[in-house]
Amino acid sequence: MTDDPEDRATPGAGAPIAEHRTRTRETIGILLTNRLSAFGLVVMGLLIFTAVFGSMVAPYDPTSVDIPARLSGPSLDHPFGTDNLGRDVFSRVLAGARVSFQVGIVAVGISLTMGVVTGLVAGFYSGAADAVLMRAMDMLFAFPAILLAIAVLAVLGPGITNAMIAIGIVYIPIFARITRASTLVVKEELYVRAARSVGASDLRILRRHILPNILAPIIVQTSLSLAFAILAEAALSFLGLGVQRPTPAWGRMLAEGRDFVNQAPWMGIFPGIAVFVTVLAFNFVGDGLRDALDPKQKSVIESRGRAV
Amino acid sequence: MSASEPVLSVRNLTVEIGTRRGTARVVNDISYDVHRGETVAIVGESGSGKTVSALALMRLLPEPPARVGGRVLLDGVDLLRGSERELCRIRGHRIAMVFQDPMTSLNPVLTIGQQLVEPIRLHLPLTAGAARDRAVEMLHLVGIPAPRHRLDDYPHQFSGGMRQRVMIAMALACDPEVLIADEATTALDVTTQAQIVELVAGLQDRMGMAVVWITHDLGVVAGIADRVAVMYAGQVLEEAPVDALYEDPRHPYTTGLLASVPTPGIDRPHRLFAIPGLPPDPVALPPGCPFWDRCAVRGEPRAEFTPQPLRPVGSDHQVACSCAGPAARHG
Repeated sequence: MTDDPEDRATPGAGAPIAEHRTRTRETIGILLTNRLSAFGLVVMGLLIFTAVFGSMVAPYDPTSVDIPARLSGPSLDHPFGTDNLGRDVFSRVLAGARVSFQVGIVAVGISLTMGVVTGLVAGFYSGAADAVLMRAMDMLFAFPAILLAIAVLAVLGPGITNAMIAIGIVYIPIFARITRASTLVVKEELYVRAARSVGASDLRILRRHILPNILAPIIVQTSLSLAFAILAEAALSFLGLGVQRPTPAWGRMLAEGRDFVNQAPWMGIFPGIAVFVTVLAFNFVGDGLRDALDPKQKSVIESRGRAV
Repeated sequence: MSASEPVLSVRNLTVEIGTRRGTARVVNDISYDVHRGETVAIVGESGSGKTVSALALMRLLPEPPARVGGRVLLDGVDLLRGSERELCRIRGHRIAMVFQDPMTSLNPVLTIGQQLVEPIRLHLPLTAGAARDRAVEMLHLVGIPAPRHRLDDYPHQFSGGMRQRVMIAMALACDPEVLIADEATTALDVTTQAQIVELVAGLQDRMGMAVVWITHDLGVVAGIADRVAVMYAGQVLEEAPVDALYEDPRHPYTTGLLASVPTPGIDRPHRLFAIPGLPPDPVALPPGCPFWDRCAVRGEPRAEFTPQPLRPVGSDHQVACSCAGPAARHG
């Protein structure tokens, strides 16, 4: 979140993504030639699997309390140890993946939809619509992300649904800016004028001619934003504003583990590692996607891939 | 010349564009008629307002910064007064346009078929399957081999000439009454140019549409046009049937243009003729005749020139010059 999001993802703006299907395969191919993004892709796959099937794999019910076994260290019975109520940390980390993904996907879904629509309208119509919408986005953007999310939650009240909404709102401006920047470039293309000359309406031009041409930077940003959103959810849950007990969430587990950091460090270490690996994986995939979808970079990466 | 009503009638079209330096008067009061089945060529050098006037009459210029005035009557309906909704129904259906650069006028992420079907589905009451058949038929018509197979190809799999054929197929897919070809052959090599010119002429015979052919290539004009309007600094300086214009040009600018066309087969001991000077700045158009600075036959000082309206000098031949009497030609 430190560097300018517009700089991060615009290189692919307006890049023609010819031939969707083969191109998708090609993109994944390029991703796999880069070790970091290949790692990210594999971890992402594992995480998604965990989020979907975690409850079946988990050795224990993540909420079942077993006081006699409390605060026991990692062992064969409890690979990640148990927490202060004797709940299995491994099962809770697996269950936490589901919550993180749920929040991440819904939140990014909100910011993606709102941001892309805002950016398209602002970029395409320019003028007053642009000025009003983008100044509103600037206002949102001026707040530190977490602070804004906390403010939204203060209004809506804590809880997982509200956390999704809060995180979703926070990341709208990033999508809006990227979309607007790319739209400004693509709307000047001759094929947009040609589409208009055969009778296409504004809506049709936006949906069919502009949107597919600006997908590359938006896809990249989606991947990076998932990482931000998961991190934000962990932070909010850590502060007690996000997921409420007894639902296991990585951020909550970290907060609970803080009190036992000397007696049972595993209570905090394992959910911490989970957050860290997840965010890292999404960032690697995002970076890889940016390279793969940028036609100027592609030949460089392909040759690098062969050399490796 | 048919005595019937013109299908497209441009009246006193003006385009002003707000720039940082002031208002650029890019098109200044041009009028012309195009009849069914007729080809009107608009010629002029770069920056003379040919393309802008064409975009303006289809309302494809972004307004603002552009301001368009006058009237453009398509079968009596004023396109400049229509709502955007009405225009969406007219564009591509009754009046269509082919652009200069075929390399960038097709959307790179959509297949040829998807793009060709677009105007058909927008304007004709056809099902998806029937629209596809129509698209195949159009590709066949513009001479693309194996059209059914090419439909699912992307623009980058086509050459420039082939893409221009696709653009023409798109423009003609709904059988428009008027086709505007804006430098449609300029970006193509000479052989392909000839093919495209021939293609449009052939289709015109078959479909009976009117064509406005915008070009700076006088060779192309001689081959296809029925009438020619010569544009300079946003004005029509001379308008005449093509033969009259070539045999008997009245405006000194037209004379100059024709003199600067290289003639194959004739040994030229001297350099090719060029009209001296540059066209005037559209932000600061001089009063009176815009060509005065560069004119070879100017008689009087500019101050005595009042703006010259087009006036008839022969049957269907009009010129905007005070010196262009029958005696003053070939100055």
